[in-house]
Amino acid sequence: MTNILIHLLLAIFMPPLLLGVIGKTKAAFAGRIGAPFLQPYYDIFRLLRKGTVFSTTTTWIFRAGPIVSLATTAVAALLIPFGAHPAPISFQGDMILYAYLFALGRFFTMAAALDTGSSFEGMGSAREATYSCLAEPTLFFALITLSRLSGSYSLSAMLIKVSSSIWLEAGAALILLVGGMFIVLLVENCRIPFDDPNTHLELTMIHEVMVLDHSGPAFGLIQYGASLKLFVLGAFFVHLALPYATGTPSVDWLLFIISMLELAVIIGTVESVMARLRLVRIPQLLVAATILAAFSTLLVIR
Amino acid sequence: MIGEVFSSGTILIIATICAALSGLPMIVPRVPAVTGQVVSIVLMLIAALAGIGAAITVLVTGRAELFVIPWTLPFDNCVLGVDPLSAWFLLPIFLIPGCAALYARTYWHARHNPANVRKMTFFFGLLTGAMSAVVLARDSISFLFAWEIMATAAYFLVSTEDQKKEVKEAGTLYMITTHIGTLGLFALFPLLNLYTGSWLFPAAASLNASSPIATALFLTALFGFGMKAGIMPLHIWLPSAHASAPSHVSAAMSGVILKVGIYGLVRTLTFFHGVPLWWGCFVLLLGVVSGVVGVAFAIGQHDLKRLLAYHSIENIGIIFMGIGVALVGQTTGSSAMMMLGMAGALLHVLNHATFKALLFLGAGSVIHASGTREIDQLGGVARRLPYTALLFGVGAVAICGLPPLNGFISEFLIYLGFFRGVQGTGIAAAATALAAPALAMVGGLAVACFVKVYGIVFLGVPRSEEHAGGHEATWQMLMPMTLLAMLCAVIGLAPGLLEGALQQASMTAMPAILQKGVQPLAALVPLPLLTIMGITLLMLLALLYFWYRYRLTTSPVGETVTWGCGYQRPLARMQYSASSFAQMLTGLFAFVLKPQAHRPRIAGIFPRRTSFQSHVPESLLELVYIPALERFYERFIPIRKLQNGILQQYVLYYLITLIVLFLSDNF
Repeated sequence: MTNILIHLLLAIFMPPLLLGVIGKTKAAFAGRIGAPFLQPYYDIFRLLRKGTVFSTTTTWIFRAGPIVSLATTAVAALLIPFGAHPAPISFQGDMILYAYLFALGRFFTMAAALDTGSSFEGMGSAREATYSCLAEPTLFFALITLSRLSGSYSLSAMLIKVSSSIWLEAGAALILLVGGMFIVLLVENCRIPFDDPNTHLELTMIHEVMVLDHSGPAFGLIQYGASLKLFVLGAFFVHLALPYATGTPSVDWLLFIISMLELAVIIGTVESVMARLRLVRIPQLLVAATILAAFSTLLVIR
Repeated sequence: MIGEVFSSGTILIIATICAALSGLPMIVPRVPAVTGQVVSIVLMLIAALAGIGAAITVLVTGRAELFVIPWTLPFDNCVLGVDPLSAWFLLPIFLIPGCAALYARTYWHARHNPANVRKMTFFFGLLTGAMSAVVLARDSISFLFAWEIMATAAYFLVSTEDQKKEVKEAGTLYMITTHIGTLGLFALFPLLNLYTGSWLFPAAASLNASSPIATALFLTALFGFGMKAGIMPLHIWLPSAHASAPSHVSAAMSGVILKVGIYGLVRTLTFFHGVPLWWGCFVLLLGVVSGVVGVAFAIGQHDLKRLLAYHSIENIGIIFMGIGVALVGQTTGSSAMMMLGMAGALLHVLNHATFKALLFLGAGSVIHASGTREIDQLGGVARRLPYTALLFGVGAVAICGLPPLNGFISEFLIYLGFFRGVQGTGIAAAATALAAPALAMVGGLAVACFVKVYGIVFLGVPRSEEHAGGHEATWQMLMPMTLLAMLCAVIGLAPGLLEGALQQASMTAMPAILQKGVQPLAALVPLPLLTIMGITLLMLLALLYFWYRYRLTTSPVGETVTWGCGYQRPLARMQYSASSFAQMLTGLFAFVLKPQAHRPRIAGIFPRRTSFQSHVPESLLELVYIPALERFYERFIPIRKLQNGILQQYVLYYLITLIVLFLSDNF
C-alpha cells in the first residue's frame, strides 16, 4: 500500500522536476545560472490560472486533444514499475496496453492540431505521425527481447528482471537495446537532436508546432502531460540502463529517484553537445534504432 | 419460445431464405419501387434479427447441427450444418447487411435512384442469403453453388451505377478476379474428393497434413479464398470495387464478403492435423505483407472510399497474422498460441466488420451530403454533420486498434500469441518475434492514416464551398451507425461478454486445441482487467473534462483566427492537405508505392499560374499484372477463336466435352 502511494505521488509530482534538471544542465553547459529547478512547476501553475483563446475554426476535438493525451499518459504511468518496485497494476499483456495508450494520446493530439486548419500545425502533425510509425517497432522489439529474457508477459515482471546478472548473461543484447531505446526516448519526447522544445521557428518544430494554438489551462495540461510522458518513458529506460536494486524498499525508492535525475542530466548533456538533425536525417536514425533493437531480439532468440 | 419449437439451425436456414428473397418484391414491375424497398428492408431486418438470435444461441450452447437434404445431382447429398465456427461468422453476415439495408432507405432512396434501385435491392438480399448459405454448407457442391451466387450477386452490386465508365471497369475487374479465385476452388474440392473419396466436408482434424496432396489443398485454398479475402498480392480487385459500389454495399463487401473468404480458409484448415511449420510461417508472412503494404497504400490515397478499401487489406492481413500464429502454435504444440491466435483472428473478423461498416456508412453520409469522395476537396464536415463526425471518429479510433475500443482487444490477443511464440525455439520463435514489431508498425501507420482522414475531411474549414456538406444524415442512416459504434465500445470495454462464444468458436476452428488440453481463454488473457483499465481511462477523461470545463467558465475565454505566424488572413486553401500530410510516409514507402507526381516547371521572376498533382497508383495491377497479362493475351490469340460469342457453338462444346468424358470413363 505504501509503495503504491509512493508510486502515485512520484508520478504526480516529480515529472516537471526532470524538465527543471534538464534546463539546469543545459544552463551549466552554456555557462549560465539558469532558471531554478522548480521553474517548470511555476510555469504550469501560471498557465492553469490563465484565460484561453480559441481559434474560430476549432471543434470539440481541439479541446479533447490535451485532455486525452494527459489521461492516457497517466494511465500508462500506472503500468510501469518504478525502480525495483512493481507497478500498481500489472497483468499479462500490459506492455501492449502501455504502448497503445501513447498511440491513443497521439491520435488526439494530432487530430487537434489538424482541427486548427493551420498548415504549420498540419506539418507538425504529419511529422509526428511519420516518426512515431518508425519508433513503434523499436519499442516492440525491446518488449519482445525483454519478454524472452524474463520469460514473462507483463511490464513489471520483465523490467524488474533486468539486473546486473542479466547484464552479464545477455550484455550484448541489452547494450543494443539501450541504444535503440534511448533514441526512442528522445524522439518520443521531442528532445534534441530530433526536435527542440525551445525553438522559436515554427517551420522546424514537431511537437511544439502541433500545440501552437493551445493556450491557458489546456496548454498547462499539455506541458504537464509532456513532462509526465518523459517520466514514464524514462522510467522504462532507466530499468534497462541503470538497473540498481538493493532489496530494501526505501533505498530502492531513493535509487529510482537518483537514476531518474541522472537520466535528466544525461538528456541535458546530449541537448547541450549536439545540434539538431536535419529533418530528412531523422527517419534514417529511427530506422537505425529499429535495427539495433532487432539485432538484440535476434541475439536472445537464436 | 420459438427456440423450443424450431432448432437454431432451422431458424438459420429460414433466415437465410428470407434474406435471399427479401428483394423479390422489387423485381415485380407492378409493385411500386418505394413500397418494394420498404418491404424488402423489413424482410431483411427480420432475417437479420432471427439470424443473429439463432447464431448467438448456437454460440452459447456450443451445439452443432446437421441437415441432410437428398438431391438428384450425381454427387453426395446436400448437407447443411451449423457449429460455433459457422455461427461466429453468421454474426457479421446478418448484422452488417441488416444495418446496411436500413441505411439504404435514405442513402439509396427508391425515388432518387429509379434506374438501379430495383436491381440493387434484389441482389443485396440475394448476396446476404448466399453468404449465409456458404457458411452453412457442409459439402463441396452446395458450397460452390452458394459461393458462385454470392460472387455474382456482388458483381451486380458493384456495378450498380453501370452507366459510369469507372464503375463498369471496376465491376469487370472484380468479375475476372473472382472467377480466377473460383478456379482455385474448382481445383480445391476435386482434390479433396480425391483425398477423401467424398464430396462431403471431412471431419475435423481427419486429414494428415504432411502428404503432398495436403500441400496442394492448402495452396489452392490459400489462393481461392485469399483472392476473395483480398490478401496481398491477390487484392487487385478490391480497391476499385469497394470505391465504385454504393457505400452501404461497400460496407457489406468489406465487412462481410472478405470474411467469407477467411471463413473458407479457416474451415479448410480444420480438416488437417499435424500441419508443418511452413504453413503457419507462410500465412504469417502473407499477413505481415498485407498489413504493412495495405496500410502504406491507404496512406497514399486521395479517394475516401479507396482509402478505406486499402484498410480492409491491412485488416485482412492482421487476421492472417492471427491465423498464422495459431498454425505455428499447432506445429509447436502450444495450446496457448493456438487459442490466442485463433481467438484474436476470429474476434478481429467481427471487429473489422463492425468498425469498417461503420466507416463506410459514415463515408457514405459524407458523400451524400457533400457530393464528392475526394478527400482534398472536403474539410470542416464536422460542423455540418456533427453526429456523423462523432460516429466516424469512433470508427477511426477503433480501426487503429486503440484502447478502449474493440480493435484493441483483438490485436491484444494476437500480440499475446506472438509473445507466447517468442518463448519457443528456432524458426517458430523468430517468425513470431519479427511479426510483433510489424504489427506495431501497422498500428502506427493506421493511426497516421486515420488522423489524416479525420483531420482533413472532418476538421478545419471547408476547402470548397460546393463540397462543404449540406445536411446531417437522416435517422435511418444514423441509427445503424450508432448501433455499430456502440458495439465497438461494448466489445472494447467489456470483452468478457464474448469470452465464452469466442472460446467455443476458436476450439471449433482449431480442433488441435482439444487434443493439447484446453487452456481456457480466461487463463490466457485478463479480459476483466482490460475492462477495469478502460473504465479507469474513461473516468480520468471525465474528471479532466469537468475540471477543464469548470476552468473555462471561471476564466476569460476569447476567440480569434488560427495563429498563422503573423499572417492575418488565412484561407481555406492554405490548410494542410491529405497529400501533404501523407507525403513523408509515401516517400518512405516509395519502393512499393511508386508514387507519381506531375511537377510543374517554374521559371522566371513572375512564374505563370501552374498546378501540381501527385497520386499513388495501384502499382501491382498497373506495373505487374496488366503488362504480364497483355503478353499472355498476345500469345493466346489463336485459341481465342474458340470463344466466338456464338451460343450454339458453346452448346456444341458441352456436347463434345460430355462425349469425351463418357468415352474416357468407359475405356
